[in-house]
Amino acid sequence: MKPIITPIASLTQTSFSRRRFVTGFSAGSLALGLGVNSSLSFGSTPIRSSPKILKGNQFDLSIGYQKVNFTGRERTATTVNGSLPAPVLRWKEGERVTLRVKNNLAHDSSIHWHGMILPSNMDGVPGLSFDGIKPGDTYEYQFDVNQSGTYWYHSHSGFQEQTGVYGAIVIDPKNSDPVDYDRDHVVVLSDWTDEVPERIYAKLKKRSHYYNFRERTVGDLARDIKEKGVKATWRDRQMWNNMRMSESDIADVTGYTYTFLMNGMTPEDGWRALFNKGESVRLRFVNAAAMTIFDVRIPGLKMTVVASDGQNIEPVSVDEFRIGVAETYDVVVEPSTENAYTIFAQSIDRSGYTRGVLTPDPRWDAEIPPMDYVPTLVHRDMGMAHGGHSQDVNAHSVDHSQHAAMNHTIDHSRHGGMDHSQMHSGTSPIDHSKMDHSMNHGGLQLGKAGFGTNSEIEHAKTEYGPHVDMRAEMMQNGINDPGIGLRDHQQRYGRKVLTYADIRNLTPNLDTREPEREIQLHLTGNMNRYMWSMNGIKFADAEPLQLKYGERVRIVLVNDTMMTHPVHLHGVWTEVETNEPNYIPRKHTVMVHPGSSISYLVTADAKGKWAYHCHLLYHMPGMMREVWIS
Amino acid sequence: MNQVKKLLSIFTLVVILPISSLVFAGASDDPLLFMINIDRLEKRNGDEDPVVLEAEAWAGYDLHKLWIKTDVERIEGENEGVELQLLYSKAISPFWNLELGARHDFKPEPERNWGVIGFHGVAPYYFEIDTALFIGESGSSAWRFAAEYEFMLTQRWVLISELELNFYGKTDEQTKVGSGLANTELGLRLAYEFRREFAPYIGVSWENKYGKTADFAKDEGESTSDTQFVVGIHVWF
Repeated sequence: MKPIITPIASLTQTSFSRRRFVTGFSAGSLALGLGVNSSLSFGSTPIRSSPKILKGNQFDLSIGYQKVNFTGRERTATTVNGSLPAPVLRWKEGERVTLRVKNNLAHDSSIHWHGMILPSNMDGVPGLSFDGIKPGDTYEYQFDVNQSGTYWYHSHSGFQEQTGVYGAIVIDPKNSDPVDYDRDHVVVLSDWTDEVPERIYAKLKKRSHYYNFRERTVGDLARDIKEKGVKATWRDRQMWNNMRMSESDIADVTGYTYTFLMNGMTPEDGWRALFNKGESVRLRFVNAAAMTIFDVRIPGLKMTVVASDGQNIEPVSVDEFRIGVAETYDVVVEPSTENAYTIFAQSIDRSGYTRGVLTPDPRWDAEIPPMDYVPTLVHRDMGMAHGGHSQDVNAHSVDHSQHAAMNHTIDHSRHGGMDHSQMHSGTSPIDHSKMDHSMNHGGLQLGKAGFGTNSEIEHAKTEYGPHVDMRAEMMQNGINDPGIGLRDHQQRYGRKVLTYADIRNLTPNLDTREPEREIQLHLTGNMNRYMWSMNGIKFADAEPLQLKYGERVRIVLVNDTMMTHPVHLHGVWTEVETNEPNYIPRKHTVMVHPGSSISYLVTADAKGKWAYHCHLLYHMPGMMREVWIS
Repeated sequence: MNQVKKLLSIFTLVVILPISSLVFAGASDDPLLFMINIDRLEKRNGDEDPVVLEAEAWAGYDLHKLWIKTDVERIEGENEGVELQLLYSKAISPFWNLELGARHDFKPEPERNWGVIGFHGVAPYYFEIDTALFIGESGSSAWRFAAEYEFMLTQRWVLISELELNFYGKTDEQTKVGSGLANTELGLRLAYEFRREFAPYIGVSWENKYGKTADFAKDEGESTSDTQFVVGIHVWF
């Protein structure tokens, strides 16, 4: 038994061999992984490779325990086929795939094919799609692959995503690929901890700032007083002190416990991606982290974003992009010189990073840039109007105070059911009045498809109580916002940062209908108690959200918390309204910035029970809904 | 001390047993959790070798918890003051919990029983407040107010300031407390968090007795004002 990674003789002077990856792995797997003659492989050079690539339409996957060592301490991970990340599954659009998944864990498990449009009993969510896979059992997934692009798969049971059950899916298109590239690499970003996930969750419940080592200190106060004077400092601090929230609360779980990984390799080891000078290289980024939003860049190279959540988009050239948990982005880079480049992915709170090396020679290393400044939340992130100039960053932000003045005739009687929605039986015929804060303004008043809502933001009564610590008063439109810590990167570093507003689908909308109605869903929580919910109702108490089969509906996500939530809707596409009515991008996971809202359209064209949740693993148990399409 | 043992065995049943089966229960949003917090275990300077323990434990869920709080003061190896509270706590607002339950004072003797109505939470400007009204037998009452503020000097060095006030409704000759403001305690402790869960500290505690309570102390030949240096640890899990 040898480690999966065999240190190369010429590299032993460096620290590369210091850290091991998946230990106790069969020696043959290295050869197997690289032996597949795929454009994802690295030729004949044995280097720190990506996970093994499995091609075809029949797969046997086995979820089991695996000893790993990312930090100098041996730990037990849960993995697929002994690999962390799981093997890359390479499918072909138009084929029918069969995946036999055996669970060798002592607990129930499951695999969810993230972003795949498939029958609901194949979606892999225990309790909704199926019963889960019992220990020792095998579940056979079978479905037609009717899409192409970069997706991923992961366990939807317990906290197994944290401990290693995740991997990439690459689907080659049936027809010619609109993206021109010479080779591609999958780049799976993730976060590893030596701690047991249940312990992390318990710690957050006991002390929500447990992992935040960027708390405001007396020194910060002294500096502020020196710079701004006592009065201005007092005024600035007032909101935070009254809200009892921390401006440095950017990530719940940080580099204090996390080792950030790129394709299962630590930043010390540095995953290697090969290219030849002059080639177009397609990098397929997958954020498979449990809790970490990453900001990605390759110093020295422009990145052309060609796909978002697997869907082809009109190419857009950027220097940097934020990738929320569960999102995928495909970028093409064209290194024109014989140099090594760093693929740099820093966590949103700058508590750590992971990195790889894009290089013509696996022995080369590239300079690792310092992390950017540590962001702090500002008033706008808390949904507060009084934030100085900062709230004017978004020229397109929807000014809801104006809409309020426009005398919308909101029929409050229709909302009658929302306050006690959890008391209704979920099996009743569709009655929109019983849904979570569903807002039926009548078709005429709804914002046009592609432009988002123009309705008032309303807080349901269920949002008031000990379980919710904040309700944004003033909403920003999250579409144009690169997000916390990135807003001034253009001015500060001259970096063009991707926003959702830059994303334009490559092909025109498939469904050109206007939305028939709107559903407003608030992302809510109590940071201090570490409780998460939607509309103030946690998953365990919530009624399913009911959609009529075939209807076109707008969902407005309103973030009433101070965290950035990547929200994932299973089963159907979320068509993000970016003010581009004819080329609306299709995503499966959408980041909603603090104090912001995002509108998207959904065509309810897949019957069944689907999950709808924040993809931050420790938010998910509470911040989740069932969506029933019937 | 039999009552202590009884309470502890109840605590064991309520707290320890359920959690043993809970550890791998999966991703429930609101699992049954437990916490033991030794807020301070400290030695104070003085001829009488005083040792003080303030600790609490809870078992429960996000919004509902069962608490045990204890205050123990040992002087010359003898328990001078021993107080135990058993409380049910219910969240009533984002930052506040209502606490209801019972308090038993084992020491000083004679033992006393109280009913407890308290509030525990975080006030604006991050003051942690723990305050309770105690209703005793035969019309006695007491009110305690404790406020704590942490100055983060660095991410590891924390200066903890604390103020505690105790009021009594009527004079109790036997336990030597007088009506009105009986005593105050002001503390300043400098802690270093090696881990979030483990922080040794040094500090100073300034205690004052007032009114009738001060008179009782004088009668016993005790001082009514005490400044003590303390060294201790704060541990939780």
